[in-house]
Amino acid sequence: MANATPRVPSLFLKALKKSPWVFHVGTSGCNNCDIEIADCLTPRYDIERFGMKLAGSPRHADVMLITGPVSRACREPLQQAWLEMPRPRAAVMVGACACSMGAYKDAYSVTGPPDKVLLEVDPDARFVYVPGCPPKPETIIMGIVKLLGAL
Amino acid sequence: MSASTSNRTPGDRRVIQIGPFHPLLEEPVGFELTVEGEKVVHVDACMEYIHKGIERLAQERTYDMVPILLEKICGICSVTHSVCFCNAAEDLLQVEIPPRASYIRTIIGELERLHSHLLWVGLAGHFIGYNTVFMWAWKYREPVCDVFEMLTGHRQNSSLPIVGGVRRDIPESYFPEARRAMDRLDEQVEMLTAAVLDDPVLAARLKGIGVLTPQEVVDWGVVGPTARASGVDTDVRRDEPYAAYEELDWKVITTENGDVFDKAVVRLLEIRESISIIRQCLEKIPGGELNLGQQHIPRGEGIGRYEAPRGEDIHYLRSNGTNMPERLKVRAPSFTNVASFEVSCIGESIADVTITLAACDPCYSCTERTAVVRGVDGRPTHTFQDLVRLSQDKTRALAREMGREPGLNLL
Ligand code: SF4
Repeated sequence: MANATPRVPSLFLKALKKSPWVFHVGTSGCNNCDIEIADCLTPRYDIERFGMKLAGSPRHADVMLITGPVSRACREPLQQAWLEMPRPRAAVMVGACACSMGAYKDAYSVTGPPDKVLLEVDPDARFVYVPGCPPKPETIIMGIVKLLGAL
Repeated sequence: MSASTSNRTPGDRRVIQIGPFHPLLEEPVGFELTVEGEKVVHVDACMEYIHKGIERLAQERTYDMVPILLEKICGICSVTHSVCFCNAAEDLLQVEIPPRASYIRTIIGELERLHSHLLWVGLAGHFIGYNTVFMWAWKYREPVCDVFEMLTGHRQNSSLPIVGGVRRDIPESYFPEARRAMDRLDEQVEMLTAAVLDDPVLAARLKGIGVLTPQEVVDWGVVGPTARASGVDTDVRRDEPYAAYEELDWKVITTENGDVFDKAVVRLLEIRESISIIRQCLEKIPGGELNLGQQHIPRGEGIGRYEAPRGEDIHYLRSNGTNMPERLKVRAPSFTNVASFEVSCIGESIADVTITLAACDPCYSCTERTAVVRGVDGRPTHTFQDLVRLSQDKTRALAREMGREPGLNLL
């Protein structure tokens, strides 16, 4: 991970690890994963106590949470949102769909798992995969924590 | 992409673009609001971001696999779509499922309604900037997911329904804990309901906005709690009972005013009804078979109806006698409810439109059904006339295939 983003001063990385802001992108999944992400914010899981916060714009975010396979219509918006995110940036693939397209593998209107779609525009992109359909909120939080460990 | 951008159109009208990735929306969806000053004069929704082509995928799955695939139409209505498909197949087969299976379907269906309504109440609070309600309602939603997990093994996607019954049993050893959870939830929701109904801020903010009159409800084919809030008494669970609803004691909630406040009231009161239904089911659930075993689905067609948390869901199934559906058509409730934005949002101010849009609890995963494949400079290539022509061509081709003369009304 550190090799992938050599220009980032260590102070930035340190700050990022303390308080990553996440931006959530639903790219045509079934919205169950999206709900479990929103669930992470609510009293039982409350990720804000770790300094994580859902950001309103990709420009404010450090980590992107992606759910769902990428439909044709979502492809360009997703790539654009990724490029808007400042470095160092990383993505968490939440759910079977985002990891491998899951149940929609053969569907005519999906164009590929999000990691491939993002690698097209940014070969340096780094990901963490959280499988499950949908993963439990605990698992999603663990995914983000693992990502921070890897940074 | 995420922030709203405005650009001028001739006159003093502006177009505000919301989405597709917007912090207020969980799913990618595009809205175009045309506004004059603060007032919204036109709403347009762009329905393509989440289109996945599940109906097509279902034609390549066997009948055992289809309910599991259909759970993935929508994360909240996973029981809805799988049971609705089973209703359609059982309508085709003309069979009755074993009583234990119908009780299990009722229990998981009502648990789903519980967590869906609580989720909506929370989101509605979030949309109007009242995050206390959001946190509160979602906190109470957790025990419901826990009960779901105890009984079925998963927080939302149970994979239980199959054609002719249910796949697995739910363990009776967890019933006492489920009962206790329902008791606790009943108290909590009672408090939440009282707090919401008494809150002067919520009343000031929600009363009288986004009103749908009963006539508009009928004209636009609005279904579910959105229709019941306008005093239109419709509920598939009572009108065409499936599962175990006929044997249970419950009532359909309606209110009179049709504004956003009433839509909240209907949902809050329905939560109490669902709790009571689940309690009765846990008491009364009979023993016996879980399913009818492997079914051969003959040639024919069937229609399944189901009262989803958002309204009436309809599945149309056509079988050609093989082990996969020949055609499956899903008409989710949000599809008709979303169209009513055309009347409920016009004339409201921008600030009120977000909550009006949210008031019918739209689920775009269920609704989106187009994918624009080719377009010149990003514009859709099909006008309304094109679509009519295309569907007429398709009908003619089908008629020819079936050896029938196309009807005159096609021309
Ligand atoms: S992984 Fe499962 S729950 Fe998540 S978006 Fe895909 S189908 Fe839905």
